[in-house]
Amino acid sequence: MDIKTIQYTPKDFKSDQEVRWCPGCGDHAVLNAIQRAMAELSIPKEKFAVISGIGCSSRFPYYMNTYGFHGIHGRAGAIASGVKVANPELCVWQITGDGDAMAIGGNHFIHEIRRNIDLNVILFNNEIYGLTKGQYSPTSKEGSKTKTSPFGTVEPPFKPGMLVLGAMGKFFARTIDNNIKVTVEVMKEAAKFRGTSVVEVLQNCVIYNDQVFAEISDKQHKLDRQLVVEHGKKMIFGTNNDKGIVQDGLGLKVVTIGQDGYTEDDILVHNAHDPNPYIHMMLVNMQLPEFPVVFGVIRAVQEEHTYDAKVEHQIASVQSKSVIKNMDDLMNSGDTWEVK
Amino acid sequence: MTKKDNLIELEKVVIKFSGDSGDGMQLTGTLFSDTSALLGNDLATFPDYPAEIRAPQGTVGGVSGFQVHFGHSKVNTPGDYADVLVAMNPAALKASSKWTRRGGTIIIDSDSLTEKNLQKAGYLTNDPIEEDKLGDFNIIQAPISTLTRETLKDTGLDAKSIIRSKNMFALGMVFWMFDRPMDHSFEFFEKKFKKNPVIVEANKMVLKAGYNYAETIEALTPSFRVNPAPIPPGRYRTLSGNVSTAWGLIAAAEKANLPLFLGSYPITPATEILQELSGRKDLGVKVFQAEDEIAGICTAIGASFAGRLAATSTSGPGLALKAEAMGLAVITELPLVIVNVQRGGPSTGLPTKTEQADLMQALYGRNGESPVAIVAASSPSNCFDYAFEASRLALEYMTPVILLTDGYLANGSEPFRIPKMAELPTIHPRFADPSNQDYQPYARDEKTLAREWAVPGTPGQEHRIGGLEKMNITGTVSYVPENHQVMVDIREKKIQGMQDSIPELSVAGEQEGDALFIGWGSTMGHLASATHELLNRGYKVGHAHFNYINPLPKNVAEVFGRYKKLIVCELNMGQFADYLRIKHQDFKYHQINKVQGLPFTVQELVDKFEQIVEGN
Ligand SMILES: Cc1ncc(C[n+]2csc(CCOP(=O)(O)OP(=O)(O)O)c2C)c(N)n1
Ligand code: SF4
Ligand SMILES: [Mg+2]
Repeated sequence: MDIKTIQYTPKDFKSDQEVRWCPGCGDHAVLNAIQRAMAELSIPKEKFAVISGIGCSSRFPYYMNTYGFHGIHGRAGAIASGVKVANPELCVWQITGDGDAMAIGGNHFIHEIRRNIDLNVILFNNEIYGLTKGQYSPTSKEGSKTKTSPFGTVEPPFKPGMLVLGAMGKFFARTIDNNIKVTVEVMKEAAKFRGTSVVEVLQNCVIYNDQVFAEISDKQHKLDRQLVVEHGKKMIFGTNNDKGIVQDGLGLKVVTIGQDGYTEDDILVHNAHDPNPYIHMMLVNMQLPEFPVVFGVIRAVQEEHTYDAKVEHQIASVQSKSVIKNMDDLMNSGDTWEVK
Repeated sequence: MTKKDNLIELEKVVIKFSGDSGDGMQLTGTLFSDTSALLGNDLATFPDYPAEIRAPQGTVGGVSGFQVHFGHSKVNTPGDYADVLVAMNPAALKASSKWTRRGGTIIIDSDSLTEKNLQKAGYLTNDPIEEDKLGDFNIIQAPISTLTRETLKDTGLDAKSIIRSKNMFALGMVFWMFDRPMDHSFEFFEKKFKKNPVIVEANKMVLKAGYNYAETIEALTPSFRVNPAPIPPGRYRTLSGNVSTAWGLIAAAEKANLPLFLGSYPITPATEILQELSGRKDLGVKVFQAEDEIAGICTAIGASFAGRLAATSTSGPGLALKAEAMGLAVITELPLVIVNVQRGGPSTGLPTKTEQADLMQALYGRNGESPVAIVAASSPSNCFDYAFEASRLALEYMTPVILLTDGYLANGSEPFRIPKMAELPTIHPRFADPSNQDYQPYARDEKTLAREWAVPGTPGQEHRIGGLEKMNITGTVSYVPENHQVMVDIREKKIQGMQDSIPELSVAGEQEGDALFIGWGSTMGHLASATHELLNRGYKVGHAHFNYINPLPKNVAEVFGRYKKLIVCELNMGQFADYLRIKHQDFKYHQINKVQGLPFTVQELVDKFEQIVEGN
């Protein structure tokens, strides 16, 4: 297909199904952002396959006018891996929730990342089980009061980005549902990246966990509380664009440019391509109130080949050398004998 | 080679090679059976090994055995009792002598009969022959270890490498006894130890030394010959059930013109399917060794959604893990082959032993009304046919299909008549016409009820499917009560409709009469032999063997109605009998069951048959 002839609008990616998420749910905005990103990617629409698990967020494929598969709880990663490995021509998106990917599907999540299959994994993190109506999840903050933790949870949460780095992940980005611009941008970056790209979306569940991210997204303070990183750019943020991140011993700290002798030159330049995950890990872990929360592409380390491509290469290389070309060849190879 | 003048021709012989796990008994047995196959004998083999990789040396628990039954007429089973037992140590003697025919020959490495070894094997005295009452056996005590060392003393090999080849000495003796040539083994050594000519030479020397020793001591005489069996003409090779299964899947992919994808996780005794297919990159097979069984089947479902022939292979515990995902394949109506190589259960059970106790799990082990087609292989070589057939049904009916085999079939081997691919039927997957711009995911074929398969990448056929109930035809999510009933009915009807495309049940032996032996899966050989024996004894007995479990063949009731007694024989507590009670309620079913991790013996089938038929 001639790439230049493909002109899509977000509407081309909308299915005829009525979107059934609760009014005000963060999922709506993410759906719109992904449809916009896909329209801008110049990939033929029939090449998209959107695979999900179970949860509110996992209803996503039904609302997309692409090939789609609504799987079973936790298994989106395994199903998506199968689709991509079977047909690497496809652009495969995995839609998953914090319960789907971090609890029941944790095993598949770490292994798809470790293998580095060329998938775009969109993790809708609302820090709650939405579909089952409000039980705590592995990302709920310690002390969260939910239907199954009326007195507060006593277990510490996962940070999805830490799992990604721990599983030797090559791409991790974070966004928040109400920042459409950053969301569209990171979705496109994730799609272009060859390898498992994980995008964590902080997503507000208006019904069971409303306002969990309010502190971060609060209109008045958000410029001071959000740092949007971009590869090659200095990590500067703040209402007055005067705050920045500097290295402080083995750690990081926030400084104000022009105070305590700090100038713009001291501010760290974001290197998303650094294979060493050390700084990326600190960026993933930054949290209020000492730090802003980091959004954008935190890590993007391009490997030469993805798992799915290596499988294809290996087959091609074995086939080019083998004398066995079909089943007749195979069955008649080795020790055989004739009975007359 | 010296020609022996006092050759005695035998119809059939069973040999058991038995030794410590580290003694190389599987290789010894394989070399013997391959050599016999090349001579044109029919045969069946049964490897029996401990679950532990390094079971305690010298103990009965650590004994590894390989039994081969070969003959110049049709061989159905590996044999109940061995005519010749090769025991490499006292533990092997202890474990296997009770499975040796009274009066048979036992070769034992006399060097191994030390006090320590005898104790480890659990003998109380220093005379195992007396203690196990083996007086009426033809016992050959051969100093196998000493003679092996003597043979190789000038090769420069270290003591450990030298003693490792003592199994070849024993093999040489048996080769002489049965007038087998050594050239196949020589070729094998040359290939296997290509990089190490000293080892090739050493193995050859020891094999020859054993052969010559047997000739010299003459204690073995008379020596035997088993002539070639009158098996159908064609080109043959030996094949184990697992490799045969793997090949059946590739053959089906070739005849369906689709790439094959396997998602799987290692588990005894199914692992060899995964291993064999991993090596078949030459034929374009994609194998995904998943992080667990759930991922194994889910990647396969993904591959099926992507338009490939997809399969997953496992054993009972893995099948349990796959249950939820199988339901997903049922409701999305995607083609998928699930191979379950049964082993002793429950739980980890007896990993290396055989059993048929996963039948109910295969039939009903899922939530909801979740019918799948089930076929069962009944010999190592027809694992190929039923893997092919499972794939055909999956692709033509758009449904998951379970193929049941078991440890006995998986590890056993027999001559496999190599088919010509051109002679196998073409498989017609039910693809949507790519030009159809009105694609409806659940539009159905009138006859098979199969829905249409549109492959991602095809412009204009973008669609969504998944685990929520779907509206028939359109495939949109539907909670409409009547529609759910319609879909449940269709999914069941689709499976039962396969009756039109599978063969009717046939009977071997008497077509009507006193009793019908009923079996399914791997018990076929034993039931065939038992039937043969009972016919000789004058019973009017037939043998009906099921390879299609769901659906059952159309003519079951008609066949059952021709016999006074129905006897269902299976290696479980009666799961198939109970299933028949549900499906064909008008009959009374007698049962012969065994759950010991072992196949039936022909003898016990004959005895129990007589009890049932004579008793009233
Ligand atoms: C095997 C299985 N266990 C449990 C459930 C019930 N269940 C459905 S969704 C869900 C949690 C969903 O939470 P999350 O993945 O965070 O998605 P969200 O609804 O928040 O988007 C659970 C426990 C199920 N469907 N299947
Ligand atoms: S319950 Fe929460 S997550 Fe689910 S749709 Fe409603 S708002 Fe969204
Ligand atoms: Mg959630």
